[in-house]
Amino acid sequence: MALWTDATDADTVAGVPARFVAAPASTEEAAAVLRDAVRDDLAVVVRGGGTKLDWGMPPRRLDLIVDTRRLTGVVEHAAGDLIVVLRAGTPLDGLDLAGQQLALDSPVPGATVGGAVATATSGPRRQLYGTARDLLIGMTVVRPDGRVAHAGGKVVKNVAGYDLGKLFTGSYGTLGLITECAFRLHPRPGVSALVLRTAPATEIGALLAAVRAEQVVPSAVEIDAPAEGPVTLAVLVEGTATGVRDRAARLEKVLGGQATDEFPSWWGRYPWDRVGMKLTVPLSHVPDLLTAGVAIRGSAGTGVLYADAPVESAPTVVERLRATAVRAGGHAVVLTAPQPVREIVDMWGPVAGLTLMRRVKDRFDPGHRFAPGRFVGGI
Amino acid sequence: MTTLDVLAARLRAELGADRIVNDRQELRTYECDGLAHYKVIPGLVVLPRDAAECARTVRACVEAGVPFVARGSGTGLSGGALPHAEGVLIVTSKMRAIVEVAPDDERAVVEPGVINLHVTRAATPHGYYYAPDPSSQQICSIGGNVAENSGGAHCLKYGFTTNHVTGAQVVTPDGELVELGGRAPDTPGYDLLGAFVGSEGTLGIATRVTVRLTRLPESVRTLLAAFPSTDQAGAATSAIIAAGVVPAAIEMMDALAIEAAEAAVACGYPAGAGAVLIVELDGPAAEVGAQFDQVTALCEANGAFELRIAADPAERALFWKGRKSAFAAVGRISPDYIVQDGVIPRTALPEVLHRIGEVSRAHGVRVANVFHAGDGNLHPLVLFDDAVPGEAERAEEVSGAIIDLCIEYGGSITGEHGVGMDKARYMPRMFTDDDLETMHLLRCAFDPAGLANPGKIFPTPRLCGEVPRRHRAGEPTPADLF
Ligand SMILES: Cc1cc2nc3c(=O)[nH]c(=O)nc-3n(C[C@H](O)[C@H](O)[C@H](O)COP(=O)(O)OP(=O)(O)OC[C@H]3O[C@@H](n4cnc5c(N)ncnc54)[C@H](O)[C@@H]3O)c2cc1C
Repeated sequence: MALWTDATDADTVAGVPARFVAAPASTEEAAAVLRDAVRDDLAVVVRGGGTKLDWGMPPRRLDLIVDTRRLTGVVEHAAGDLIVVLRAGTPLDGLDLAGQQLALDSPVPGATVGGAVATATSGPRRQLYGTARDLLIGMTVVRPDGRVAHAGGKVVKNVAGYDLGKLFTGSYGTLGLITECAFRLHPRPGVSALVLRTAPATEIGALLAAVRAEQVVPSAVEIDAPAEGPVTLAVLVEGTATGVRDRAARLEKVLGGQATDEFPSWWGRYPWDRVGMKLTVPLSHVPDLLTAGVAIRGSAGTGVLYADAPVESAPTVVERLRATAVRAGGHAVVLTAPQPVREIVDMWGPVAGLTLMRRVKDRFDPGHRFAPGRFVGGI
Repeated sequence: MTTLDVLAARLRAELGADRIVNDRQELRTYECDGLAHYKVIPGLVVLPRDAAECARTVRACVEAGVPFVARGSGTGLSGGALPHAEGVLIVTSKMRAIVEVAPDDERAVVEPGVINLHVTRAATPHGYYYAPDPSSQQICSIGGNVAENSGGAHCLKYGFTTNHVTGAQVVTPDGELVELGGRAPDTPGYDLLGAFVGSEGTLGIATRVTVRLTRLPESVRTLLAAFPSTDQAGAATSAIIAAGVVPAAIEMMDALAIEAAEAAVACGYPAGAGAVLIVELDGPAAEVGAQFDQVTALCEANGAFELRIAADPAERALFWKGRKSAFAAVGRISPDYIVQDGVIPRTALPEVLHRIGEVSRAHGVRVANVFHAGDGNLHPLVLFDDAVPGEAERAEEVSGAIIDLCIEYGGSITGEHGVGMDKARYMPRMFTDDDLETMHLLRCAFDPAGLANPGKIFPTPRLCGEVPRRHRAGEPTPADLF
């Protein structure tokens, strides 16, 4: 019996149609699917919530979509140990972990655990909690050859063996199928406050330095810079009632801003319309990005920002932002763009260590059947 | 001339005689790391001055087909830096430059031989520090920390080395210098840096490391709480976590560990304690104040009979002195000891301690317990006297049984000291064949010839095999991509 069904017109990846779709409900079923895919030499793309399927390059070849929609649920939540094990298709929004949280902000509604990990998305609170790679403590994957492998475990502290979870985090489905992830959790803070300040772009560098100088341990330091006009800086503090009151007051003072508990509508959302970029720079270079004449938003406190490049001028904007980021020691990646733009811009930009990355790919997926061509350097 | 003689002559010519050690007596000083019962005299020692020299050394090894092992300060506790008798030991002790401290970027760039504590010292004048603080931080190197993904008392709140390293220049096992990660976060492509950290020298040698600096906390408050038993100290720990507090550290010592610490450093812990907890909170003063009251109340509610709050940095240092010197201190109460390192889910702590007690009594072997209670990382110290026939074997059995307990309770065979040479044999108890084979895929991608620190991590030697090459229509060859 075939472990997949025929694809419908909706089953495409970045415009490339698939022939079949499988929706395994367990790691074992997924392994069976992938073993049959080896037998039939099928090219595979994994699909979670489908919210970022248009990221990266279109696959060079596509036969089978492995959909994780039935691979859902909490396998284990050990509250006293502050850990959770989740199946990859579990939506990140609406996880019910009692007084605890998986401190991984998802910038797009509807994202699954597996998709967020595979694309290494992050949001405002990466400032305090880190990103998926930092929160992940264990992973179960099915390799392209259908074999099941685990790395890490269910304890927060563990250095036994290679940290393969990190290798799979941000690998865009090119190394195999993630079926389960174990994460460390954090207590949900009792109180939070946001301090906002709007100022000209030229003042943002000094304001960011002022925030750093205060020892208030912000959970997020975000900026929202429209294509033109002043920039809004928003600093989040979380903690106890007395602590937050004091910290917010200090931020109000150094920023000359206002505390609020209302989040602005842009909070934690990507700024783009059609061409979305991710820019990363060392902290002192964040202000360099604010005068490019395009909308920029993101984590100014960690140097991870997102840009909205206008479709018409995308090639020049990408080139300019990339030059600025690379000169500063960072990177500029086009995450998503309409097909005509993809054809003329370099989506990934320069990547160091490609030779080693290709060698990793060759070992894990010698047939280049998993999301071929979607990743850096044509991997 | 042997292969090594030829190699030594080549390196002497290329790098200079002062970079090479091959005097037998001198070589002997490198025969072991912190786990002194494994000893191998290295075939040759090379002390490169910079990354280029390190790369040339590795290239020379590769061309000669000779294995090489990196060594930092040699404080590792799993035999990770154990040399190879027919191989080269590449020691980073001459690569100790702090290249840059960039507080505006919250980064420091250092050579691999730099001592952990020196990074913090360089950053403190700017209001920053380097968060990972292994107890060995006065002597261990950043390169060793990267290789072991070292933790420390404060990793409960701040994470491990892997969470604080953003970039590394690495000599791959082919002798190429590559940059993994960088000064900015989220480098595109596979997270090879994430895979490299914790790889115990088997994926190459770090020659320059970019670390994240953390803003100094505004306030630090430290509590020493004495309990009648480890059960109560364990319950207090659970209560603190359940209350939603994330202390910077929660460390526990049992009666025997306290006895040893008193004998060694006279730390003056409360008399008659069955267990002490050191709980440290740090952060904004107003937060720390509120949570500190909660923590003291929870300790009292769980049976603490004496609470001391550090009044000043000197008293804080005294609280920590007992804990940080605990390993060496057991030397005062036992001629020999094994430092074990295992992890259990924190909630299993009281139960596992009882089981350890049973094992200890059944074998007539004393076990002193010191651990990072907040994250369930146990460091049982198994005491024995090597002069008494049979004791070493019994201690070994007890130590192994403790690892079995860690596995039984769903934990790990190592929380921070690494697998190295010592624990490779336990790997199959934690991982399936397929798991290990998958890890080995990574190893083969970096080091198909298997020359980088062979014999560590993996229980049985494995060969890599060729990657089956398959060319497809439409697939670019690497040449098209450059
Ligand atoms: C008293 C004492 C207390 C300790 N406390 C702690 C603790 O609290 N937490 C903790 O995590 N550990 C602790 N350790 C263990 C040890 O200090 C750490 O593992 C440390 O990181 C080792 O650093 P090192 O420079 O001594 O490395 P070494 O022992 O020289 O080497 C360790 C490993 O790293 C590899 N290596 C070294 N340099 C490099 C490099 N540049 N590139 C690639 N690989 C390299 C070696 O090949 C080896 O596999 C303790 C040890 C002692 C003796």
